[in-house]
Amino acid sequence: MAKRTVYMDHAATTPVDPRVVEAMLPYFTEGYGNASSVYRLGQEARKAIDEARADVAQTLNCTPREIIFTGCGSESDNLAIRGIAFWNRDKGNHIVTSSIEHHAVSHTCEQLEKHFGFQVTYLPVDKYGRVDPTDVEKAITEKTTLITIMYANNEVGTIEPIAEIGEIARAHKIPFHTDAVQAGGALDLDVEALKVDLLSLSAHKFYGPKGVGVLYLRRGVRLLPPQTGGAHELNRRAGTENVAGIVGLATALKLAQGHREENNRKLIALRDRLIEGVLSSMLDTQLTGHPKERLPNSASFTINYVEGEGLLLGLDMMGTAASSGSACTSASLEPSHVLLAMGIPPEVAHGSLRLTLGHENSDEDVDYLLEVLPGIVERLRSMSPLYTTAS
Amino acid sequence: MYSEKVMNHFMNPHNVGVIEDPDGVGKEGNPICGDLMEIFIKVKDDRIVDIKFRTFGCGAAIATSSMATEMVKGKTIEEAMEITNKAVAEALDGLPPIKMHCSNLAADAIHAAIEDYLEKKRAKQPA
Repeated sequence: MAKRTVYMDHAATTPVDPRVVEAMLPYFTEGYGNASSVYRLGQEARKAIDEARADVAQTLNCTPREIIFTGCGSESDNLAIRGIAFWNRDKGNHIVTSSIEHHAVSHTCEQLEKHFGFQVTYLPVDKYGRVDPTDVEKAITEKTTLITIMYANNEVGTIEPIAEIGEIARAHKIPFHTDAVQAGGALDLDVEALKVDLLSLSAHKFYGPKGVGVLYLRRGVRLLPPQTGGAHELNRRAGTENVAGIVGLATALKLAQGHREENNRKLIALRDRLIEGVLSSMLDTQLTGHPKERLPNSASFTINYVEGEGLLLGLDMMGTAASSGSACTSASLEPSHVLLAMGIPPEVAHGSLRLTLGHENSDEDVDYLLEVLPGIVERLRSMSPLYTTAS
Repeated sequence: MYSEKVMNHFMNPHNVGVIEDPDGVGKEGNPICGDLMEIFIKVKDDRIVDIKFRTFGCGAAIATSSMATEMVKGKTIEEAMEITNKAVAEALDGLPPIKMHCSNLAADAIHAAIEDYLEKKRAKQPA
């Protein structure tokens, strides 16, 4: 099979949809006004933002005032967690979260613990990476002022029982945040159905531009903004608005959510064929994450006796982009905390491979991956001291 | 991220395999940490006449194993003992700082294999 360029790392980032680029372009050179300015150029920018905000609010089933535009998903997470934690500091200092959150959530919680006197409960997950809502309930104390659990996991694709947890949070009157960055284009974002008070999104995960995100903040829920300055976003997030980015985000979200069911059907078909193909073509390979409750595009594995970076380099040589949770592929030299939390032994976690599909992927791409992967694995296994002792 | 030399050694590593009846074996690293290297040597007249490695680890780990074994093959035990991780990294036209620890493992595994050989040699000598 001739070498192909195949991108299978959509969980990391996505290409911007050409229609999104088109919608954004006027705001760089013609519609460059500062939306806070009184004159026409400024007011036109203001109008563009208002329309974008209304569009996002419609998708989330909330009002425009409840949408805050930020600079990225990580910022939305920080705004939510720091904002709620510090606003409610005199009421309590306890946060409940999971052990599989993205670092934007977990490292923020860790800093609050280490430097600001907060206490954090990191809930365990089962072998599929699922949080048990009853564990959430058990962890709540009188000092709990925030619950934050991600909607879908970035590494293994597992979808969490958000509505059930939301129900519990409501019963205890505790603000509930969900990091929905990975769910963005693929899952239902109706905040009433999800029963959330805060929800984070990031445009570059759903074919929008990098550098812009959203935090949904339910009316009546107060927070102390970490980023202060001008009165932007109703005094919740200072900074001259990234009009082009905001327009891009709203356009991308509309496109992604507008065709959600259809897109997901296609992705699921490709994903399932990919999973089946990988598992049947190699021994000692496991699917990670929940078999059913998983993102439509996520195919994540552990491949025994080989190391993740080696897999990625081998795939890269064959034109394929993917990612891994191995220590050597992380800047911190630690293996994925998500895989470890799921009970996967470290030496197996080092052999993880994550393939996340997108709209441009085709049947031919899946065929190609299935063709080249076994050879890459075999070569690495033939060099591995672990393989020979086991076989 | 990696130099061309590192990628070459990763794609076409030298000296992969085991020696059935080795004169010395060295093991460094730990699969729990994501890095494990095994070095096997065959020694004749105090010279390393054959050397093989197996590695569980990243691109840098495989490349440094390959380069390190190339560098000591044919050398005397004394010369081979002098190999350093710096020399291995330099021979590969450098490694990213975060990957330098991989070159440590390769040099250490070779030293361990030599020490194992010397240990066995001492044991064979009459008291």
